[in-house]
Amino acid sequence: MEAMNELFALQPFTLAFVIGIYLASVALYRRTRLGLLHPVLTSMLVIIGVLYVLDVDYEAFRQGSFLIDFMLGPSVVALGYVLYEQVRLIRRHLVSMLTAVSVGSLVGIVSVTLIARWLGADEQVVSSLQPKSVTTPIALGISERFGGIPPLTAVVVVVVGVFGAVVGPFVLDKTGVRSKIARGLAMGSSAHGGGTSRAIEMGAVEGAISGLSIGLMGVATALLMPLVRLFL
Amino acid sequence: MYAIFVIFLFYAAGLLLSKVIGGLIPGNVLGMLLLFGALLAGWVKPEKMRTVASFITTHMALYFVPVGVGLMVTTRYFAGATVAIVVASAVSTVLVLVVTAWVQQILEKWKR
Repeated sequence: MEAMNELFALQPFTLAFVIGIYLASVALYRRTRLGLLHPVLTSMLVIIGVLYVLDVDYEAFRQGSFLIDFMLGPSVVALGYVLYEQVRLIRRHLVSMLTAVSVGSLVGIVSVTLIARWLGADEQVVSSLQPKSVTTPIALGISERFGGIPPLTAVVVVVVGVFGAVVGPFVLDKTGVRSKIARGLAMGSSAHGGGTSRAIEMGAVEGAISGLSIGLMGVATALLMPLVRLFL
Repeated sequence: MYAIFVIFLFYAAGLLLSKVIGGLIPGNVLGMLLLFGALLAGWVKPEKMRTVASFITTHMALYFVPVGVGLMVTTRYFAGATVAIVVASAVSTVLVLVVTAWVQQILEKWKR
């Protein structure tokens, strides 16, 4: 419907619409404490439902919600400050953290490639999945560079973030991971911003380390991808 | 305002540097690393960054929502490979989680 497309292409309207649904999703999540009701997942599905019912084009919504997308960039830059706040902790553990994230990144790229191929996925899909644990802006760059489908990468990355945030604490408890640094590092490395939003709830150390590991994982994966693809 | 200026200054510097190195590392990640370095070097006043930086990073989850809504137009790209995508992503995510945590925890114990 043309009138609806015009309404949703209007930035003030769509900003209020998205932020309103997000706030309601956060309130619902806080009240229920159900992992599956993660605010990102709930807001995504509610918005898709509303756009579908009102017959709004995705392009109109993209135009209206541009500013929220744009904030992803500055927020990654601002993580530099979050990093700085934990600088002494980070300095003492820098070598172990760089090693752990690099090994994690390697395991991530290799495992997702082998499993996806084994289950019959084509190379375009495989390339789209390889940066799945990396934060969206970096993942999109990697996906595009190596012949993936960026829209698929965007969706997989978001779902991995939600999935990691939901199962992460449970898996870490079950595998006996007690170190706060290891817990934060694993949450951010496996599930980027999604994992970090959950790590912030665990504690200040976990949150800051998780924020740091988003950057480390992005850099490690961007650097390892060309190498790994030579052998796979 | 200082904090907003600093964030965009380093974001812009990161984007430029990214172009120079052929897009190997995205600009926002380079901006993050540059800001981190500038704070360590004492070029940026950390006490003036706190409010804005913690505000925009606390609500990071919101910024993923519009990209995720892209699901409504991308399903046709991967309709045939849904099982492979779901299984490979889920298993690999748990592997990254466990391996990263274990390597870190073992290195911490080994160091003591």
